[in-house]
Amino acid sequence: MSVEAWTTVVVIISFIVYIYIGWQSRVRDTEGFFVADRGVPSLANGAATAADWMSAASFISMAGLISFLGYDGSIYLIGWTGGYVLLALLLAPYLRKFGKYTVPDFVGDRYYSNVARTVAVIAAIFVSLTYVAGQMRGVGLVFSRFLQVTIDQGVIIGMVIVAFFAILGGMKGITWTQVAQYGVLIVAYLIPAIAISTILTGNPIPQLSFSFSNIVERLNGIHQDLGFVPYTQPFANKSMLDVLFFTIALMVGTAGLPHIIVRFYTVPDVKAARWSAGWALLFIAILYTTAPALATFARYNLITNLNNQTVEQVQQLDWTKKWQETKLLAVEDKNNNRTLELTAKSFQLNPKKTPEQVAKNEITIDPDIVVLATPEVAKLPAWLIALVAAGGLAAALSTASGLLLVISSSIAHDVYYRMIDPHASEAKRLFVGRIMVGIAIAIAGYFGINPPGFVAEVVALAFGLAASSFFPVIILGIFDKRANREGAIAGMIVGLLITSAYIIAVKFAGMTPWFGISAEGFGTVGMIFNFIVTLVVSRLTPPPPAEIQMLVDDLRNPEHAPLALADIGEEQLD
Amino acid sequence: MKIDQKTAYWRANTALIRNLLIIWVIVSIGLSILFVEPLNAVKLPGGNVPLGFWIAQQGSIYVFVALIFIYAYRMDKLDRKYLEKESDRIESKSKT
Repeated sequence: MSVEAWTTVVVIISFIVYIYIGWQSRVRDTEGFFVADRGVPSLANGAATAADWMSAASFISMAGLISFLGYDGSIYLIGWTGGYVLLALLLAPYLRKFGKYTVPDFVGDRYYSNVARTVAVIAAIFVSLTYVAGQMRGVGLVFSRFLQVTIDQGVIIGMVIVAFFAILGGMKGITWTQVAQYGVLIVAYLIPAIAISTILTGNPIPQLSFSFSNIVERLNGIHQDLGFVPYTQPFANKSMLDVLFFTIALMVGTAGLPHIIVRFYTVPDVKAARWSAGWALLFIAILYTTAPALATFARYNLITNLNNQTVEQVQQLDWTKKWQETKLLAVEDKNNNRTLELTAKSFQLNPKKTPEQVAKNEITIDPDIVVLATPEVAKLPAWLIALVAAGGLAAALSTASGLLLVISSSIAHDVYYRMIDPHASEAKRLFVGRIMVGIAIAIAGYFGINPPGFVAEVVALAFGLAASSFFPVIILGIFDKRANREGAIAGMIVGLLITSAYIIAVKFAGMTPWFGISAEGFGTVGMIFNFIVTLVVSRLTPPPPAEIQMLVDDLRNPEHAPLALADIGEEQLD
Repeated sequence: MKIDQKTAYWRANTALIRNLLIIWVIVSIGLSILFVEPLNAVKLPGGNVPLGFWIAQQGSIYVFVALIFIYAYRMDKLDRKYLEKESDRIESKSKT
């Protein structure tokens, strides 16, 4: 059977599994729809969080980015994992104790203000919508690359699948499909990595061969021979200051992303929230420690297979032929000396080339090839190559569904129920929730088919805004009893404005970045401003009312196990 | 639970958070970014990888996972300690 036939079979089987799980977890009430009945065990919530978090970008693009950036690619590794420590220690247990439905719920209740709630709703919707458009596009891309459908058809197929389990099962359906999707994506990621690791170093465990074989040393050696900067050389592409700000912005942004935070509302108690954060990061770490190993292997392979080879030799390799067709790889012997020469430019992201360099450049590589072509480079059988397509789809669909639920609950719960019609019946609230998921899917699909030209740019905005809006006010809401309504509203608005102004100025108006801090790193500055403004304004205005201070006290107290409470109650009745 | 006990519980919790976050800052920002260059002069023990680079791309992630599990484990113990005191108090109260 051909790779395409296998891919069709594997993708269809995985979709049947997701639909079956979605049908099994259909729900009848809002508790099930928004927070999965708060009945998700910590281990399962860990796997669901990992799938929710790891998007098409983590699965397909991250290893390629690291491969191109070398040490500087660590910003993604540290940034996207380090944030979980903040989440686990500073946010997740208290938000679970608070025990409502959404992030704006916490902001609105803790700061006793519908203005604060509205600012939070706008930020949550904006962050999630920009993010989900990219996921839908990712679904379309995977379809078009592996199967004979267009990107638009792929987006529509993805929409139908997500719509089925999200509308029927809400958070419950999404959670259990995400658990299955984590399984698919991690297997699809590990098998090719293990195969290529064995071929290059004889050690099947990518992490071990990255750490203890001589592959990194060999790669640095090749770089030296070619006159490149060593692979492990820090700050070759970004300054230390930029790396620092970029990493902090990603860490804090991760901890502030609403679709991740709400996952911790779905576990039974505070204890489970703390443990499931650990499981989540462990499951994420399996992929995130494999990615840098894969990045190293792929760069080694690309250089040794392509550099100083004749065009005929390169064309003989199966994978180069296939990936040239998809435009991820282009080779051309421009100076007609019958061999291909790699330059440092071949490994630059969006290189700005002078016409002279374009005329000389013989090898052009798209970073996505690192993950997508590895199975073929490692000569894996067709059915395993098919698994990578299913893995990419699982990563994109699981993230998309988590984001869609945040958009739905922000409108159905925070706007409709909490602000417009607080007396709405259970059935009506559930109905509005389902309608909102449907509308959100339609909007996300629209942006997937007609992507605004700036998807990559707005993802920076999503992280920056999460870092500069939610993170400081949630932390202060728990750890600073004096933080009040005025402070939080002022802090969020200042953080949002500073961050978006800088990102828009740099990305769209062509402003030269200050001190070399890229737009993606500016969320760090916005976050600092939010902290300062909230702290200062809170102290210049009246303290929060007594019942809010009691709410904060209650968040900080140890939680009674529900069973023990029941026992005490009975004893006292006697 | 009495007020001073609640305060003691919260203090123990924040002290634990503070200690774990100090390690977190040292690993994520200190060793992986600020001091990566001097650390790269050393090799990972048992391997051939520059140490700073290795911490940035592997070691830091392992430390993050460990920190979260340590927090979950220590907080379970802390919870038990304070809730046992609490139920002792209720029992002795109901006996009197």
